[in-house]
Order: sequence, then structure tokens, then C-alpha cells
Amino acid sequence: MKKGYFGEFGGIFMPETLIPAVQQLEQVFISAQQDGNFKQELEKILKEFVGRPTPITFCKNLSEQLGCKIYLKREDLAHTGAHKINNAIGQALLAKRMGKKRIIAETGAGQHGVATATAAAFLGMDCTIYMGTVDIERQKQNVFRMKLLGAKIHPVDSGSKTLKDAINEALRDWAGSVETTHYLLGSALGPHPYPEMVAYFQTVIGKEAKKQILKMQGSLPDAVIACVGGGSNAIGIFKGFIRDKKVRLIGVEAGGRGIKRHHHAARFADPVAGRLGIIHGSKTFVLQDPDGQIDNTHSVSAGLDYSAVGPEHAYLRKKKRAEYDFATDTDCLKGFEELSKQEGIIPALESAHAVGYLIKHHAEFKDQVVLINLSGRGDKDLEIASKELGVKIE
Amino acid sequence: MNPLLTKFKALEDNVERALIPFLVLGDPDYKTSLELLTAIAKEADMLELGFAFSDPIADGKTVQAADQRALKAGMTTEKNFELIKELRKETDIPINLLVYANLVYQQGIGKFFRLAQQAKVDSVLIADVPPEESNEFEIKARKYKIQLIFMVSPLTNKERLQKIENKTTGFIYYVARLGVTGAKEDLKERSLKHLKEIKPLLRKPICVGFGISNKEQVRKVAEAGADGIIVGSALIKIIEQNLNKKEDLIQLSVAFVKELKEATRYV
Repeated sequence: MKKGYFGEFGGIFMPETLIPAVQQLEQVFISAQQDGNFKQELEKILKEFVGRPTPITFCKNLSEQLGCKIYLKREDLAHTGAHKINNAIGQALLAKRMGKKRIIAETGAGQHGVATATAAAFLGMDCTIYMGTVDIERQKQNVFRMKLLGAKIHPVDSGSKTLKDAINEALRDWAGSVETTHYLLGSALGPHPYPEMVAYFQTVIGKEAKKQILKMQGSLPDAVIACVGGGSNAIGIFKGFIRDKKVRLIGVEAGGRGIKRHHHAARFADPVAGRLGIIHGSKTFVLQDPDGQIDNTHSVSAGLDYSAVGPEHAYLRKKKRAEYDFATDTDCLKGFEELSKQEGIIPALESAHAVGYLIKHHAEFKDQVVLINLSGRGDKDLEIASKELGVKIE
Repeated sequence: MNPLLTKFKALEDNVERALIPFLVLGDPDYKTSLELLTAIAKEADMLELGFAFSDPIADGKTVQAADQRALKAGMTTEKNFELIKELRKETDIPINLLVYANLVYQQGIGKFFRLAQQAKVDSVLIADVPPEESNEFEIKARKYKIQLIFMVSPLTNKERLQKIENKTTGFIYYVARLGVTGAKEDLKERSLKHLKEIKPLLRKPICVGFGISNKEQVRKVAEAGADGIIVGSALIKIIEQNLNKKEDLIQLSVAFVKELKEATRYV
């Protein structure tokens, strides 16, 4: 396979100004992986600061109702409330290793921004977060959270005013600041080495989950389900089971208001707009018009509201090792409500897509063991969920 | 020698450097853009023409806004080539395209370069295709006799510079400042120093862009050894400020290009 590629997907499609930076990052990433001290430091922080390992939880009530055995991998219990912190800590340590004192990042839902701001505060680094004005509006609490953690927020009101343009702006910042700044990309996207590196730092999810479910259930799950925006939580849990060929790996994209142009973010589900293309450094599936202009997308969850999917997911799909489907906004809200009521766990709207998918398709999983990656908690989504569900909060 | 290199040679013989205005095709609309480019072509040595893209990560705010105007005005890849063909009836100066990889990829790489050849384009710079990813593009560019341009920056080391020069069949595009395009008052001394250092190492022409916005800067860059100077954002700002005054828009732009061109003579 060509360096930086997963089959035909991936690559390093970046302007020349950023090439020295991604090459330096690649070198440091390679050396860190072989450095016992680096791994030790990372593990120590994950244990003592992040609170790993996160548990898995058996969902007794929902399992009875749906006729299958449902386990949740509880990334919502990681510090800052989502899996994003695993990667943020890992990359911030790499930035330190490179002698860079400033970190920039993009964020959609705000979870990656919060995780990055947290990692920066913990390691004593400068932090600027790029965030679309649409997302700032729908994720106010996370904006305050980031500020409280000492990060600067840079509002982005160009283009879609969501994650896609936050990435554009962060890349622009980086092009002018590469010598002192690390771009802490939050998903398994972008130019090499990001997709591989983010997956590496998220693999802890899958490794833990496999051990835990073998212990609790005594067997591997029949299926692992995770939501897919860029795809970092999904790739993280999939990696733990990828060699266990009997385990179905299911990625759930955001179906939004249904598969109509601009109303969803399901790259694999839209046969017309979802095509192989080159965006943000990587050759992968992306929603676009016939000329290749990138589409704006919609999802009730800001974290899945993005036009391209990580290249390794495109590869796993092509190799038929993972399958991809979608859950609509309505499916997601159903999952959000049900998991809250039945199990006492309020999921992030992103993660609720995986729950909603299982509820909708539960007949297919009858008597099976299903492991869902609950990638984040729903506190950040209460305002938007209450609006969507028509419940007034004063 | 291809027409592009012939042009650089002719300029050199005449003790001047190439002045290369950059504009986005179809900004602010097809008709105005054609008129503007026709008028500017008379004052410039070459043109650099951008295809509007939804996510121009190598460009700053001014160019992104121009891209948005062009897209809103209904510009497509087909219309971009149509516009160039019409422009070609009026001028024979070299035309370099600045595009993003996805626009080339979605046409089919071969088809894109064939269309470029049919529109008598001289060269193409794909902003997000570094030498690591350029093989497929090189094969088709060669087939359709289109020159490929690659970028270097103040961070490019000598080894990489050589690699890039070997890939380049047109000129080398020197990114004069870190960061993205955009008119900037001070051109970093560091870039000029680096430019002076690398110029003697090169066999191919080097043109400098990013952040050059007035005649003094054009002169400085020319004196530092640039074979060509690319001015984009400062010119696009004139469009931005005269959107409702088409005549002013064209007159002011032409006057600006004329003034910049003067600064490239007798260097």
C-alpha cells in the first residue's frame, strides 16, 4: 500500500506550506510509538486524569424490550464527557515532544474543542479553537466551557459556518503558524498521518471493550455499532475487533431529514452526491455536486454534521470488513429519549444515532450480543434536544 | 521551449520581469469577468486564473469571497473553460490556472487537462497537490502538453526544492509568506532573503505570490530575483469595493495593473 493510504483512500493532499509540518508530525508520531516513556506517560494520564478504563454497562431494560443483549462502552464517562479526550491528550503530548507551545483545533459539537482545551490546560499550552457560528449558537455551553478552560474561541462565519469551514480556518491559521503551532485535528480525517494517528490514540476504546465484554459476557459481541461523523470513535472501537471476522462492525452515519441533497450527512448512503473526492487533505467519500464543489450538510447533531468520512472507513467498507448505514434525526431523538428513560443514561446526540439505529433495526439482532460505543454524554445537547422534542425548559 | 518559457526568456532579454495578475474566473460574474480579464491582459505579461472552489484552504478571506461570488453567479468547470476560450480570442499571453484537486479529479484527470488544452491554457497549479501526490496529474498534463506548476515556501529545504524543481515543467511558485493569500503591508524580509538564497540554485523560472499588494513590494521582489510577480488579493479587493460600479471596477483594476507592471521594468 502506498504510504499514507488505506487502499486507494487517504493521502496527503495539502498545500506545500503545510507539508513540512505534516512530515515533522509523521516523524514524531513514529518515534513516539517506539518510545516506552511516551507510552507510559500517555497511559498514566489516561488513567489518572481521563479516568480510563471506562466501563462497559449492560442495558437490562432496553435489552428486554428489544430482544437482544445490549452493552454500552461508556466513553461518556471519560473526563470531559466524550472519547475525544483520548486523542487530544495523545496529540498534545506529541506537540510537546515537537517543542510546540500552541495548539489549535476545529470543533463541531464542541466536544473536541473542550477536550483540546482541557489537554492544553493540563499540559500548560496555549489554545485556540475554531468553531462555526452556527455551531457556537447550538453549543453555547461548550463554548463557555472552553473559555473557562482558558482557550480562545475563533468564530468562523464563512461558508457553511459549521465544522467544514472551521477546519478550513484552522488550516489557514496553521499555514501561517506551523513553526510554533500544532494543529490538533479531532477526527480520523485529513492528510496523513492524521487518520492513522487519531485511530491509534482512539484504539484504547476497542482494546478495553474487547477485554471487558469477554469478561462480562464470556464471548465476543455479534455486532459492534458506532456513529460515524469523521469516524474517530467508530474506528477506535472497531480496531479492537477488526481481526475477529465474525463480529459485524456497523457504522451509523447521520441521515438528517432523510437522504435528500443538503439534508443529511450520510456520505455512503447518497449514491449521487456521495462520491470519491479530495477534501481537507484526503481522498475519501464526500458529499459534493457534479463539479466537485463540497455540499453543505445537515444533522441534528453538530458532531456528525460534516461532508466527508475518514478514509479508513471508506477502505473498511470497500473491503467489506465494516458496513455502514444511517439513522435520521428522528431515529436519533428516539434513541436519545429511550436510553435516558430506560437506562438512566443521557447520550450525546451523536451517540444516540447508534442507539436509534439499533432500536429501528432490532429485529435483525434478535438474541444477539450487541456492543454500542456510547461515544459521549448528552448534557451539551439538552437545549437542542428539548427544542426538537417540543419540551420547553425555562 | 514551451510558450511559457519563451515568454520568460523574452522578458529577460528585455530586462523586465513578468507581472502576473490573479483573478477568480467569473468574479463577480461571467460577463464582467470576461471584460475585466480582456482589459487586464493588455497590460500584463501572463494571467493566473482561479477556478472557484467551495473550500479553498490555501487561500485567504479575499479570495474565498471571490470564489463565493463566482459560484453564486453560476460558475462551473464548463463555464470556466468557456470563459477562457472567449478570452483567448482577445489575448495570447500565457494563462496559468489555479485549481483545487477535487475539481480536477471530478472531471476525470485526463478530461480536465484535455479541456485545458482545448482552451489553450499553458499551465496548471493544483494548490493541494504536492509532489507526493502528483504522479497521475503529471502523466495527463504531459499527454495534453500542459505545464505543471508547483509551490515552494520559505520552509522548503534545499533537498525538497530540487525535488520540486524537477517536477515543475512551467515555473516554480514561491509562496512569499507563510499563511494564506491576502494583501499584507510588510513582505517578510525573511522571504526575500530566502528567495535570494535559492534563486541561484534554480534553472527554472520562479514567480512569487502571496501578500504582494503594491508597486514597492513588486519592485523589492523583482530585485530579489523573481522572474515573475503574482498579485491577487490586492486586485480582487478592487472588485470587492466596486461591485456596483462596473466601469470603475474595470478602470481602477487596469490602472492598478499598469502601475504594478511599471515596477517590473529595468530590474
